[in-house]
Amino acid sequence: MLKRTPLFAVHQKLGARLIDFGGWEMPVQYSGIHAEHHAVRTAAGLFDISHMGEIVVRGGAAPDFLNHVLTNDIRKLQTRQGQYTLMCNERGGTIDDLYVYQVETEEFLLIVNASRISVDAAWLNRQLAVFPRREDVDLKNLSADFGALALQGPKTAEFIDACFASSSKQNLASSLRKNEIVRRDFLGRPVYVSRTGYTGEDGFEMVAPAEIMPTLWNKVLEVGMPFGLKPAGLGARDTLRTEVCYPLYGHELDEDTTPVEAGLGVFVALGKGDFVGRPVLAEQKARGTTKKLVAFKFAERSAPPRPDYPIWSAGPDGRPIGRVTSGIQSPSLGVGIGLGYVPPEMAAANSLIAVEIRGKQAPATIAPKPLYRRS
Amino acid sequence: MSLNIPGDVKHAKTHEWVRVRDGVGTVGISDHAQHELTDVVFVELPVVGRHIEAGAACAVVESVKTASDIYSPVSGEVTAVNAQLVQHPEQVNRDPYGAGWFFQVRLSKPAEVEGLLAPEDYAGQVGA
Repeated sequence: MLKRTPLFAVHQKLGARLIDFGGWEMPVQYSGIHAEHHAVRTAAGLFDISHMGEIVVRGGAAPDFLNHVLTNDIRKLQTRQGQYTLMCNERGGTIDDLYVYQVETEEFLLIVNASRISVDAAWLNRQLAVFPRREDVDLKNLSADFGALALQGPKTAEFIDACFASSSKQNLASSLRKNEIVRRDFLGRPVYVSRTGYTGEDGFEMVAPAEIMPTLWNKVLEVGMPFGLKPAGLGARDTLRTEVCYPLYGHELDEDTTPVEAGLGVFVALGKGDFVGRPVLAEQKARGTTKKLVAFKFAERSAPPRPDYPIWSAGPDGRPIGRVTSGIQSPSLGVGIGLGYVPPEMAAANSLIAVEIRGKQAPATIAPKPLYRRS
Repeated sequence: MSLNIPGDVKHAKTHEWVRVRDGVGTVGISDHAQHELTDVVFVELPVVGRHIEAGAACAVVESVKTASDIYSPVSGEVTAVNAQLVQHPEQVNRDPYGAGWFFQVRLSKPAEVEGLLAPEDYAGQVGA
């Protein structure tokens, strides 16, 4: 039995096409993946991301505990700020990539991948059981109690405040800076609104109690409709994030791949002291890795690259050097693009490679990330 | 879901259609198929002059989400392909029974057409 979000009936009513996404019955598209992609690039799109997990960590020792299990430095955060971070095993392999927000002085909200909720919760509980100050840490997996929305696109700041009934000019969502989070009220219930996203556009994400999700979704759609807001599915979410080269767990990241290999070393704060995975990550930062995540762009129109297609070095003596992890026909660029792992010596920008598609070689160039940048 | 199935085509169970005129069959994919595929982004067509057998994979349609083989509903020699689809694959979504056609075949076994699904039978298969 597939899991359903609090918005399942809303998606059905909108005529969404529903698919199995990591055990969840989720909308892949409403009007069409391309139309939704372009709505997010030019106006606004609304995504149901209620499948994602919410884990709350409270207590006086919460910052020290989180700095022990996460790679980024939580001490860089002030209250009402968030950061992208990763959780690694002792081998430096990635257990999950996530956002952590300091919502109160001693309260942190972790937003984790849907497919990793139970793994993450089990890992965190195991780490907590051997953490010296565990009495001062309270850890709760509240994923079932919360839903979440992503409101993404250049027009979103023009109408987000109208979603919340308040005459007060205080704590406006539209005045948030990137990675900041604020608590707003909706139907008398708390909604966390952050200026974050997974599309490369300006936008907001909202975390709210499950029972108000349908009303919140409908309110945002109604307020945004005059600005060109469209409901958008996971199909567009994937093309949007691939164009800006954001990793997707299970594709670019897994328990055998480190953040340094994935090009996410900037989110690994070696200076903060010891943490799980640090020795391996420090070694890789100092001496290099055996594989490196690169972005590539096709030279000509071709069938699109897809996950697991072999990557070859270019030329008559070309040989297999790696695999595609994510690949799409880019709606914004009009050619095939993707991400994949290759040996570091083959990873220089502008290097020529080829992607094998059904026995044929499609010529491509390694390109700097991101492949698409908003104008 | 409402499907716009023209009266002059027959379908294979694998969702391709053929429209026969003067011994030449024009082949494409159904409205139901394009809807299931999502936005089509690339089409790989057979070479003109190639002989294809009914039921054999002879083209590929790539959508945002997946790559799918296209099986010819009829046997014969490929006489033409819709080169427009290479630049405008979205025609498969917009007009699956018209501008979104894939290729044409000079039928070598015209009787095969009788074994294909009439519009109402195909509509029944896809639950329209």
